[in-house]
Amino acid sequence: MTTEAYPAPAAATAKPARPPGVSPWRRAGRAVLHWSLPVYAAIALAYLLFPIVIIIWFSFNNTHSRFNFVWQGWTLKHWKDPFQVPGLLDALKISIEIALLSTLIATALGTMMALALVRYEFRGRAPLNFFIFLPLATPEIVLGAALLSLFLSQSHYFHLGFGTILIAHVMFNISFVVVTVRSRLIGFDRHLEEAAQDLGANAWQTFWRVTLPLIAPGVLAAALLAFALSIDDFVITNLNSGSTVTYPLFIWGAARVSIPPEVNIVATMIFVVTVIAAIFTVWQSRRAEKLSEIRPEQEAIA
Amino acid sequence: MAYFQRHKGIFPLLLLLPGLLWLIVFFAVPLYYQAKISLNTGSPFEGFHFAWHWSTYTDAIKTYHTQFIRSFIYAGASTGLSLLIGYPLAYAIAFRGGRWRNALLLAVILPFFVTYLVRTLAWETILDDASPLVSFLQTLGIVGKNGHVLATTSAVIAGITYNFLPFMILPLYAALERIDGRLLEAGSDLYGNRRSVFTRVTLPLSMPGVVAGVLLTFIPAAGDFVNAALLGSPKQTMIGNVIQSRYLEVNDYPTAAALSFMLMAIILVLVAVWAKIAGTESLMGAETAR
Repeated sequence: MTTEAYPAPAAATAKPARPPGVSPWRRAGRAVLHWSLPVYAAIALAYLLFPIVIIIWFSFNNTHSRFNFVWQGWTLKHWKDPFQVPGLLDALKISIEIALLSTLIATALGTMMALALVRYEFRGRAPLNFFIFLPLATPEIVLGAALLSLFLSQSHYFHLGFGTILIAHVMFNISFVVVTVRSRLIGFDRHLEEAAQDLGANAWQTFWRVTLPLIAPGVLAAALLAFALSIDDFVITNLNSGSTVTYPLFIWGAARVSIPPEVNIVATMIFVVTVIAAIFTVWQSRRAEKLSEIRPEQEAIA
Repeated sequence: MAYFQRHKGIFPLLLLLPGLLWLIVFFAVPLYYQAKISLNTGSPFEGFHFAWHWSTYTDAIKTYHTQFIRSFIYAGASTGLSLLIGYPLAYAIAFRGGRWRNALLLAVILPFFVTYLVRTLAWETILDDASPLVSFLQTLGIVGKNGHVLATTSAVIAGITYNFLPFMILPLYAALERIDGRLLEAGSDLYGNRRSVFTRVTLPLSMPGVVAGVLLTFIPAAGDFVNAALLGSPKQTMIGNVIQSRYLEVNDYPTAAALSFMLMAIILVLVAVWAKIAGTESLMGAETAR
């Protein structure tokens, strides 16, 4: 990195009209300048990805004690029966149930809100947008603590557990869904809906056959985001879980004693599944983009 | 659009209502209860009752101002670091990524696909006294011969930076990617050198991304307690640690509620100041960029 000090003045004096025959020093300087950005970016990416490698790698650690901090050699023994650790499978099941339910509810409610916000002019739309944005600008600990205050104050109606976790997850997911779906709706061509209606479709048919398929990639992306946020949430869940244990709460409990390699195995599994889902979503939205790119040409032909 | 127009009055309301109610009941109303609890008086053993007990706030500030200040210093430091690491990376992906852009972007968000706690625990493994990295740093003399990395301020800040870095990169990328390449060409055609094209064209045009990225990183960082709990020692306790232990371990609800309320208030003030400096326009642009 010490050579970087040299090329800076060379670049500063670089003007488009330069006589031919650049000195080798300058050429070297330019090369450093040209490559310093990609190298820096590669290091930054490595920093982001390194812990993931460690997590997957340590799921194969041949641990003898209950600790999984020091590498002790390869083994597949933990992968053979990852759920033999008591409580891990139950915690994972609860997490998946809550993630599925909260994704379903939040995606439905959030998509409806996004439709209303983009489609209709009405009084109070700007403050409403701000209100929906507010949970995203509030630290999780405050969201969780405030919710716990409600549940404690109204303990006749709320018992901390599965239900309160679900309520919390839907709450923080709604805003994310609205923001994601709305960005997709803004570029939406409403002529398509008008065409459907001209061709005799009623509002219901128009929605199911035209609107929804067109915004589907946005809705799918929102659902995926909601699912990932829910299954990963620790801070808010920790405050409102009562005695129910989700996967992150199981890890939190285990972290105080010892983290078995099985936790890494489950993390690796979730990682692989989410990566596949993400690639699928990207592929879907690309296809949708390509489809919408076809249209203008057809219009030109017509 | 006949159907939609006829029902213009109620239809949007019907679409909005269920989600809006959920947010009102489980986001807005809880803030009211939190305010109420923060003014309670009593003890976990005798129970609490409402009494406009304002001294909870002054006592809480007196006892926990160090943790408050520490939280904001840590959050500020990791936001700055995220910007330093994230801006060149976002820039490289946007302008040099070519057809690998989407794949690189996916790589940036890959950490989010691993459970937050497991990610942080991985850093515990990496920074453990027995790890090769720490002995390497010891050989270099960056860390003392018997020095630790774990349970230090640096470890906590590094952990926070790591965990929220993608929140910085994504809006930065969204802003950089939208810049019209012809503007940059125009800049160099008008005899701007690389540096002045960057400082006068690229950087100002990417400001909405910087504004959004700073907010998205700073807010969760200031409220975080996982990194301090797993990578720090009691000397690195942040305000989030205090709030969660006051609520869950000590059951001192009024203090916890008061601290939580103050944290939210301070963050809202900081966001408002930041919006004033950066201009609300870029803030709104940032919101749609998400």
